[in-house]
Amino acid sequence: MAVVDRAARKHRWDTKFAPYAYVAPYFLLFGVFGLFPLLYTVWVSLQHRNLLDSDGAYFIWFSNYHQLLFADPYFWNAMGNTLSLWLLTTIPQILLALGIAQLLNRKVRTRTLFRMGVILPNITSVAAVTIIFAQLFGRDFGLINWVLDLFGAGHIDWQAGTATSHIAIATMVVWRWTGYHALIFLASMQAIPASLYEAATLDGAKGWQQFWRITVPLLRPQIIFSTIIATTGNMRLLAEPLLFNPGAAASTGGSDRQFQTAALYLYEQGFTNWDFGYSSAIAVVLAIATVIVAGLGYLVTKRIQTD
Amino acid sequence: MTAVLDPPTPVRPAGPRGRARRLARRVAGPWTYAALIAVLAGSAFPVYWSFVVSSQTPDAIDTVPPVLVPGGHLFENIARVFDTTDFALALTNSIVVSSTITVSVVLFSTLAGFAFAKLRFRGRNALLLVVIGTQAIPTELGVIPLYMMMSEFGWATKIHAVIVPGLVTAFGVFFMRQYFERAIPDELLEAGRMDGCGSLRLFWHVALPAARPAAAVLGLFTFMQAWNDFFWPLVVLVPENPTVQTALSTLAAGYTTDYTLVLTAATIGTIPVLIVFLLFGRQIVGGIMSGAVKG
Repeated sequence: MAVVDRAARKHRWDTKFAPYAYVAPYFLLFGVFGLFPLLYTVWVSLQHRNLLDSDGAYFIWFSNYHQLLFADPYFWNAMGNTLSLWLLTTIPQILLALGIAQLLNRKVRTRTLFRMGVILPNITSVAAVTIIFAQLFGRDFGLINWVLDLFGAGHIDWQAGTATSHIAIATMVVWRWTGYHALIFLASMQAIPASLYEAATLDGAKGWQQFWRITVPLLRPQIIFSTIIATTGNMRLLAEPLLFNPGAAASTGGSDRQFQTAALYLYEQGFTNWDFGYSSAIAVVLAIATVIVAGLGYLVTKRIQTD
Repeated sequence: MTAVLDPPTPVRPAGPRGRARRLARRVAGPWTYAALIAVLAGSAFPVYWSFVVSSQTPDAIDTVPPVLVPGGHLFENIARVFDTTDFALALTNSIVVSSTITVSVVLFSTLAGFAFAKLRFRGRNALLLVVIGTQAIPTELGVIPLYMMMSEFGWATKIHAVIVPGLVTAFGVFFMRQYFERAIPDELLEAGRMDGCGSLRLFWHVALPAARPAAAVLGLFTFMQAWNDFFWPLVVLVPENPTVQTALSTLAAGYTTDYTLVLTAATIGTIPVLIVFLLFGRQIVGGIMSGAVKG
């Protein structure tokens, strides 16, 4: 009798409480090291908190935000660069990925080789790759200038200009992420029923028309997904601008801050000026800006026609 | 960077119509191959070129026209990297960090994924929604308070500070939950329960063996992500105690103009993930195509 009782109690414990124990590690660790710091950022952003000041932290309410939004040209410069890089990375990334997925969707020999090939950039380390690209984009001996020279384009000082530095950084990001999105699109392309294309062919639709009228509309959910994912990543580029011009002043993103992103400005304020309050305010504004831009991306991609 | 949303379900295929499928997926012509080969070359070139420079003498990087074939000085340059910086420490740190995080993420994700997919408990769906919702949260933006916490704990500059925040991921939990949902029939677990197995034994003897393929894919992704992680280690570690990625940035930021040295270090830092990739590339491609993974 006692044995049965104990077994029953054990069973009740097992069905009632054990599941919580299994999911608890995730919630505990994420809560402490993920969610709490994020929420606490809002709190810190309302404080004067600079590690270099000896007077400690005290509340100044919205002064950081006031300074940031109304009296800090560096911040608006960084936001401008962030938006410019967002455009230069996100749109080419999605369009190129659609094209590459279309190529991979043909019947290809050695298809695993090609699929692995497109995803290779995505698995390499962002630090290593940025250092490599910084050399390829070098002014005097860079390979890219050498190729351009063959076509008579002359030497470009990629880091010096705003537009040229943005193009160089965008190239690194697009190189890294296009293949990933291409595989997502490919997976869905392969599931499009062939009968749709057959019917279109009978109606006289050419390959190009079929691509825009059938393939792209049917991929709409994946295009929305990729746009949002790409936006959240591209709105906080940090490693690329930081390592494009490594050195003592790396966190300013170029001599005129021509490629300093908002995330890099956050890093500069937080970890070279040690102004934690101000840096937190940048984090909060950047998070809000990311939500707005991702929302815009959603609204645009949602309009893809589905007939 | 870990931001993953609920992956969209692919459009359903219209059934097994062999002829029609063949028609739809046109056979690739020479132009398709030419374009694909161009894409492949573009993908591989930067890494290849870094390898080429690493195997040349230091003056080769400044020659016109540029050198495009490997030379015979790779090991010489590798030795110079290890002489210049404590790259052995960086490699050791990276291996410890990435392995610990991988084991932990796979274990905790499998456990939680199993509970979410196969056990019934109050609040299960609500908690699962929380997991899915937290995937989209940019935890990177909480970097300031996280740094303050690590200083408070006395962990700043130590590799604990890099390991602990990486021990669980929302993506991992969701990924394993999706796998269990499909891979293990409820009847199998019922049978186990009839035999008097508790949930932990069911997990250990039924669920875990069945989850091996998914756990392997999750492990691969986690390892590569942890290995490549840059921002947080840069913030919380110091140049005297680096991971491979932060050692690279220190080396690149130094006053050396010896870029052959820097690119050799970049090559060494890339080799471990490259090996993982060459061995398990097929599984990685399959993992990305079956769900959405964002590094």
